[in-house]
Amino acid sequence: MVDQLRRVCRQGVTTLPATGAGLSVMGKDKQFSMLTATDPTSERLEELQFVLGEGPCVEAGLTRRPVLVPDLDADGVSRWPAYASAVLQAGIGAVFAFPLQVGATQLGVMDFFRSSRGPLSSSELTCAYALADEAVGILLGGAADTSLTGPAELFQAQGMVMVQIAGTLTEAMSRIRAYAYAENRRLIDVVNDIVERKLKFDRDE
Amino acid sequence: MTTVSAERLSKIFVEVADTLVDDFDLLDFLHMLTVRTAGLVGASAVGLLLADQRGKLRFMAASDEKARILEILQVQISEGPCYDAYRTATPVINEDLRLAGDRWPEFTRHALAAGFRSVHAFPLRVRREVIGALNVFGSTVGGNFDEADVQIVQALTDTAAIALLQERAIRRGEVLSEQLQGALNSRIVIEQAKGAIAQSLGISIDAAFTVLRGYARRHNRKLTEVAHEVLADPAQLNGLAG
Repeated sequence: MVDQLRRVCRQGVTTLPATGAGLSVMGKDKQFSMLTATDPTSERLEELQFVLGEGPCVEAGLTRRPVLVPDLDADGVSRWPAYASAVLQAGIGAVFAFPLQVGATQLGVMDFFRSSRGPLSSSELTCAYALADEAVGILLGGAADTSLTGPAELFQAQGMVMVQIAGTLTEAMSRIRAYAYAENRRLIDVVNDIVERKLKFDRDE
Repeated sequence: MTTVSAERLSKIFVEVADTLVDDFDLLDFLHMLTVRTAGLVGASAVGLLLADQRGKLRFMAASDEKARILEILQVQISEGPCYDAYRTATPVINEDLRLAGDRWPEFTRHALAAGFRSVHAFPLRVRREVIGALNVFGSTVGGNFDEADVQIVQALTDTAAIALLQERAIRRGEVLSEQLQGALNSRIVIEQAKGAIAQSLGISIDAAFTVLRGYARRHNRKLTEVAHEVLADPAQLNGLAG
C-alpha cells in the first residue's frame, strides 16, 4: 500500500507538476503521521507540520477542506508563522494540501510542494483531486472511485452498516465492498439492498 | 406559482445578510435558501446542485429531502433541466413535465412519479463560471413563472453565489474551491449520519433526516456538526429524539 501511495505522490509531481509531495495518514489515536514522500525535503516538510502542530496539512485535516496556498510568503506567514518560515527557507513557495476522506471517515492528507509561487490552474486542481481520490481508494483497500461520488444511498448504507456492526465507518465500507466482491454483485445493488433493509450485516465477519 | 411578494422577498434578503456572519455554515445556508425560495414562489420543492471537481452535478440541498426528491435531483447528473441550465448557463423556464419525456426521459419519469407537473432550473453563477443549478418544482399544471418571478428566483440563486464568496479572504480565488470541496464532503457526512440514525432508531432514512435536522435546530447547532458528532459517537444516537 505504501508503494502504491508513493506512486500516486510521484505521479502528482510529474503531472501537476510539483517540486515534491508527501502523504500522511491518520492513526487510531486521531493523530497524523507521515507515511511517504517523494524526496527528503518533502519528507522533512511533511513531518515538520506535525512537530510544530501547524501548517496547511494540519489545517486541511482539521477543517476537512483542501488548503491551497499559492504564495506562502504572502499568505502563509500570518497563518502558520513557524511552519511557513521553515518551508520558505527550504526553497518552497507554494503548498497545496488535500484531505483524504469520505465524509466523516478521515484517512489522511496529501500535500504538494512547489518551489515557484502561483496557484494551481483549474485543470491542475482537477488532476490533484483525482490523485487524492486515488489515494483514498488505495487507503480503503483498493476500491474504485465509485465510493467517492455517491449516490446518497451509498453513504446512507455506510452509516447503517456502521451501526449494524458496531464498528467504524471505514470498517463498514470494507464490509460492504467485501460482500459485493464475494457475492459478485455490483456495489450499487448491494447498497440498495442495505438501504431497503433487505440486507443486514452482523458484528462478526 | 404565485406573484412574489416584495415584503417577503426583502425579509429573505435580510435573512441572507444575517446568515453571512463568522459562524457561517454553507450547507445550512443553501438549505435555508431552498426552503425560502420554495415558500416565496409557492413551489412544491426546490433543490440545489453544485458541480464537483469533475464538473458533475451533485446534490447539495433541498427544501424537502425525501428520498424520491433526492432521486430526481441526482438523476440530473446526466440529463434534466438542471443539467441543461448548468451546461448552457441559461434558465430553463415553465417546462410542462407531461411534454418533457422526449427531452429528459429518466428525469421526467421520476419527476412525474413524485407528483410534480412543472419544472424550472436556474444556473448558479459565480463571476464568469457556472458552478451549479437551482431546481424549482410545481405540482400544478399551468403554474407559470412570469418575467418578474424569473428575475427574482435568479436573484435568489445568485445570493447563493454571494454566500460562496462570503468567507474571509475573498481575494483568494482558492477559497471557492476549498469551500466547495468542504461542502461536498459535508454532504456525504450528512448522508452517512442519516443512515446511522435510521439504523439506530429503527426508522426510515427520511425520518432520520427529520430527527437530525430537528435536533440541530432545537439546539441551534450546525447540521454538519451534529452529523459529525453522531457518527463519532453512535451512543449519542439514542439521545437524538429529544
